Amino acid sequence: MSAADIPKIRIRGLRKAFGSKPVLDGVDLDVAAGTSMVVIGGSGTGKSVLLKCILGLIEPDAGRIEIDGQDILTLGRRARQDARAEIGMLFQNGALFDSMTVRDNVAFGLIARHQSSRAAAHQKADTVLGQVGLAPSVGDLSPSELSGGMQKRVALARAIASEPAIMFFDEPTTGLDPIMGAVIDGLIVDCVKRLGSTAIAITHDMASSQRIGDRAAMLHKGRIIWEGPAAQILESGNPIVDQFTHGRREGPIQMELRR
Amino acid sequence: MNAILNVVATIGRGAIACCRSAGALAIFAVEGLIHIFLPPYYPRLFGRAIFGMGFLSLPVVALTAIFAGMVIALQSYTGFARYAAQSQIATIVALSVTRELGPVLAGLMMAGRAGAAMAAELGTMRVTDQIDALQTLSTKPMKYLVAPRLLAGIVAMPILVIIADILGVLGGFIVSTVKLGFNGQTYIQDSLAALHTGDVTLGLAKAVVFGFIIALSGCFHGYRSRGGAEGVGSATTSAVVMASVLVLALDYGMTEVFFTR
Repeated sequence: MSAADIPKIRIRGLRKAFGSKPVLDGVDLDVAAGTSMVVIGGSGTGKSVLLKCILGLIEPDAGRIEIDGQDILTLGRRARQDARAEIGMLFQNGALFDSMTVRDNVAFGLIARHQSSRAAAHQKADTVLGQVGLAPSVGDLSPSELSGGMQKRVALARAIASEPAIMFFDEPTTGLDPIMGAVIDGLIVDCVKRLGSTAIAITHDMASSQRIGDRAAMLHKGRIIWEGPAAQILESGNPIVDQFTHGRREGPIQMELRR
Repeated sequence: MNAILNVVATIGRGAIACCRSAGALAIFAVEGLIHIFLPPYYPRLFGRAIFGMGFLSLPVVALTAIFAGMVIALQSYTGFARYAAQSQIATIVALSVTRELGPVLAGLMMAGRAGAAMAAELGTMRVTDQIDALQTLSTKPMKYLVAPRLLAGIVAMPILVIIADILGVLGGFIVSTVKLGFNGQTYIQDSLAALHTGDVTLGLAKAVVFGFIIALSGCFHGYRSRGGAEGVGSATTSAVVMASVLVLALDYGMTEVFFTR
């Protein structure tokens, strides 16, 4: 396999159980460099756990997580941290540090990761805030003074500030009205394309998945049961995927809920 | 038979959970201590923590100490008057406050105020993914959140105890001179004569240990909180209960080691 063929992110046989309950039961997934993968799936199917395993926030029980062909689970602690340092993350609720101003939030990663001076990091933070449609004056506010949509923008600004090669988006449009959801999706696409990043987004929102993703995959019962171009997911031909994407009450997923 | 097995199983599960928590606490404490000494350092966060733990705890600690000193003076007078030993009140107040009441009361007040605040703050950060966000931004939460608070507890508590000691003795002085008619100069001389360096030093040694324990309890329970607002509330309660019990237990242990033997 040539270097060009190696996926930016390659996951094989990833397993994670909490107690006796398996959440990830052998996940296989490839994400090519510079593309966006959307992972859909019902609540509690392990989408967030998948991202947290890649980020190192949760230790998987088994499997491989390769970034640029290197299995990061076999690396030493320092090397693993370095590999994960190129990942930016937009959390579902923003996870902004409420003890800091917006500007300090956005500058945080620049200072921590790149040892930028405080002044330089603040200058960059104002630039990035502008890229997500926020005025520099917003930088002086605290996160609690912002609306949900503005908080998401700030969280996005924080995630992209250090220009990561890989970006994760956890339910980026949850809690937003459809217009603001579309705005955030547009910003995500712009940022990912501009930076040339590889992205994984997890979402329940089918409209969002169509806007963000080049490819899509569905996680069900701890496994990827379908993977293909995002544009085809609404016509996948897989009954489980079709039921989920069309929001039908009747179908295989509902039968499982009744059991 | 099944009922007996169930009881044994329940006790066993409790014992295992207890051992697991104790082990996790010990590992957390060691990791936190190591991070105090290893760079990078966060002086601003240390300053903020010491302001919260020390300066903001000062009013409640001061009030507690001064009233405790006043009560000891009154109660001692009631008891000692039966044996015509009222002149020992200054000694009793000074020794009680510096050896026991200063560190213990300051510790309990600090556990209720600063320990709870730490657990609530870190717990909220945990359930809102802020701690995970720190990790994704190449920052170790143990170093950034826990180490400055542990160090602040170790530094702030002795300062609070010195102030509590002074105010406790002052409380006894006020009651003794204003209400009980003691001579002020004699009272001060008796207090100073009663105190030895070891009394104050042991009180401060207790303060260092208590400060660490209180910060450790707050950080440990907050850092490991789960499950939203209820989890944060539960972590806060656990932090205060654990810190209070450990302060009293360690107070006895240190007194036993340093005074009896």
